Amino acid sequence: MRYWLIVWLFALSSIASGSLRAGEAQPLAADELTEKRLVAISSELRCLVCQNESLAGSHAELANDLRREIRSLIQDGRSDAEIMEFMVSRYGDFVRYRPPLKATTLLLWFGPGLLFVVGLSALVLYLRRRNRAIVDPPLTADQRAQAEALLQDQDSDQKLS
Amino acid sequence: MNRFLWPLIGFFFLVALLAVGLNLNPRDLPSPLVGKPAPNFTLPQLAAPGQTFSPQDMLGQVWLLNVWASWCVSCRQEHPLLVELAKRRIVPLIGLNYKEVRGDGATDIDKLAPGMEQPMVVERAAAWLAKHGDPYTLSVLDIDGRVGIDYGVYGVPETYVIDRGGIIRLKHTGPITPDVLSGKILPLLGELSR
Repeated sequence: MRYWLIVWLFALSSIASGSLRAGEAQPLAADELTEKRLVAISSELRCLVCQNESLAGSHAELANDLRREIRSLIQDGRSDAEIMEFMVSRYGDFVRYRPPLKATTLLLWFGPGLLFVVGLSALVLYLRRRNRAIVDPPLTADQRAQAEALLQDQDSDQKLS
Repeated sequence: MNRFLWPLIGFFFLVALLAVGLNLNPRDLPSPLVGKPAPNFTLPQLAAPGQTFSPQDMLGQVWLLNVWASWCVSCRQEHPLLVELAKRRIVPLIGLNYKEVRGDGATDIDKLAPGMEQPMVVERAAAWLAKHGDPYTLSVLDIDGRVGIDYGVYGVPETYVIDRGGIIRLKHTGPITPDVLSGKILPLLGELSR
């Protein structure tokens, strides 16, 4: 009984999420190839209103306008590179999720790696210095003799404990 | 040397970095249009929809292009400043009325009969200017937001300073504050019209 209830609930939830997804990505044009390219291009672009969403996933008014614009550019026979250029010339490199490598984006591309290298070398340096600090200095002849005397002397052992 | 010195320096460096980051405006993006010719357009004027305006009409003058709409809340915030600026007659101020009807978030444009939108745009925009004051030399109607895309508009209000040669010299996103006006826009205008 419980088994069937669980199966039924799973089925229900999958139907619900399925219908939700269908409601989200309602292709406006019938042309499948155009829509595929539109999704591919707009997933590479940032929505400028909600900046952490891609243009493909955003419901912002401007995102709608821009998707329509891209669709009409595709239908005009423009290449993906030309469409990218269209967007970048208006909104700047920020609109791309993968900004091009140039002088102003060097820190963006290599900053994390640089930070990692700096952190790693700091760690290695620290560990080495600590290793050196905790090496036991060798015993002098006097100290060794004292230690051996202590080890052989049963009484002193008891006294110590 | 104290063994806490370097961690402390690191900590304060991080605090400084985060403090700077938190005080940056994430909506203030560098526009690639600065230094480039203002994109051309031909749009109907608000006061006389039969007549058109194009940026080429302004060649030889320094001018401001201000993107606005009646549904735009921040526009109301900067509006008194624009009205004040217009009274001083320093610079022609052209308004770009951006998606007046279809941008308001309440009107479903597909349900409007064709030809119905422009009269609605004119009515709403004119009513708003009548209520809050009209600082604009003239306003043009970007009904579908197509010109807005060419100007890289992503958040109304936006203001552009355009020089005598038709080159965009400054783009400001968001409402103009007294600081922005006196610190950035007015000095630039002075420099450009010299």
